[in-house]
Amino acid sequence: MLDSDPYSIIENEFVKPGKGQAFNRVKMRNLKNGRVVDKTFKSGESIEAADVMETEMQYLYNDGDFWHFMDPDSFDQHAAPVTAVEDSKLWLKEQDTCTVTLWNDSPLSVSPPNFVELKITQTDPGLRGDTASGGSKPATLETGAVVKVPLFIEEGEVLKVDTRTGEYVSRVKD
Amino acid sequence: MTSWQPDAKLTILRQRAEVNNLIRNWFEKRGVLEVETPVLGDAGITDPQIHSYKVEHWYLQTSPEYFMKRLLADGSGDIYQLAKVFRSSESGWRHHHEFTLLEWYRLGWDERALAQEVVDLIQHLAAVKNLKPVMTTYAECLARVDLDLFSARGKDYRNALEQADIELVGECSDKALRELVFTELVQKQFADDHITVVHDYPAEDASLAKINQKDPRVAARFEVFWGSLELANGFHELTDSAEQRSRFIEDNQQRSTDGLKEVEVDENLLAALAAGLPDCAGVALGVDRLLMKKFDLEDIKEVISFRS
Repeated sequence: MLDSDPYSIIENEFVKPGKGQAFNRVKMRNLKNGRVVDKTFKSGESIEAADVMETEMQYLYNDGDFWHFMDPDSFDQHAAPVTAVEDSKLWLKEQDTCTVTLWNDSPLSVSPPNFVELKITQTDPGLRGDTASGGSKPATLETGAVVKVPLFIEEGEVLKVDTRTGEYVSRVKD
Repeated sequence: MTSWQPDAKLTILRQRAEVNNLIRNWFEKRGVLEVETPVLGDAGITDPQIHSYKVEHWYLQTSPEYFMKRLLADGSGDIYQLAKVFRSSESGWRHHHEFTLLEWYRLGWDERALAQEVVDLIQHLAAVKNLKPVMTTYAECLARVDLDLFSARGKDYRNALEQADIELVGECSDKALRELVFTELVQKQFADDHITVVHDYPAEDASLAKINQKDPRVAARFEVFWGSLELANGFHELTDSAEQRSRFIEDNQQRSTDGLKEVEVDENLLAALAAGLPDCAGVALGVDRLLMKKFDLEDIKEVISFRS
């Protein structure tokens, strides 16, 4: 915890002259806004530990203001504000299991599964001979995400997408 | 998880053995006696920045200095030692809590003469051409970042750190700030093909060195760097038992201010000084770090057979 924000440590370099004060040069990520900062601490300085934990939860639904998740073991429900799902909301499909980072028991950020299967709600019919666009076209998915897909893909098909890159992986056959 | 294999490659360990031979030959040729002193000692160290491990009522030694000074006081003449030493809470790519110090003492020498021998030995062991020795002083080093050692205060050091985008969290003494400026802003700029010798450390950093008689603002202490890596620390040794005792007491006062346990002063060392430590200069050189530089390795564990 620093300036009342939770951080996770990415790198920690120990700096100390043979005879002299030891310091730690720490690269750390602000878990609220994702920014990476460099801070230097005197070694041994005590910093309040952030009550942060990562847990697997099932995505239930959203009401426009909050995204609702459920702990599959305790059935406890947690409501995540828009800020927590900013980067992931276009990949969240109901029933999917996500990694939810809880800070003081409330969702701080949500990571979608690495691969999700989503249905195409809109895409133009493939235009034969259109190679100028590299043989791909945009397709809108049920969550609102837009991905590039090969020309032969049609509306209503289900796609497997890599959420880390936002790229089409394959078609999913029923 | 088990991992029985060594951290260092066998080729490095073979070369490490060769470097040990070179060191022993170097001192034998110069008539310096090899000694061994206890790893477990009755006394610890008062220095507030160095932390010992305690084993039952003994201390694992953080340096062989106090025992070696007792040998010197007994008339040993010039001596050296390849010593395993232990420092708690030190860990990183250039720190390991158990490491090897090459420590030696030269009778009738001052710190300038000894610094020259350190440079000669490093060049001999490095066997790297074009390692250029550069002599400077602590004050000259701080002048490189527009700071005056003798007038700069905490806020000046803080400003220099801020300008370099080093954001320091929490309170710090002026001395600690100066040390951070030195390691982060000065030392990191030392050229990789230079052996930099920094003389005339500020008097408050004297530790076990004499104060310079012509300029009492500085101590007869030097450090040697290969590139930006600190390799050795040497003193024109303080022989005055009363002065040494008062420095140990100050150390302990600092320890209580810092919330650390006080450490009993080593009465045997003080008695040896009182009996008469001959005028001498002494230095400790980190052998593991020298090997890191010689073999161009990034992490100290690559020269240590097994890391704990």
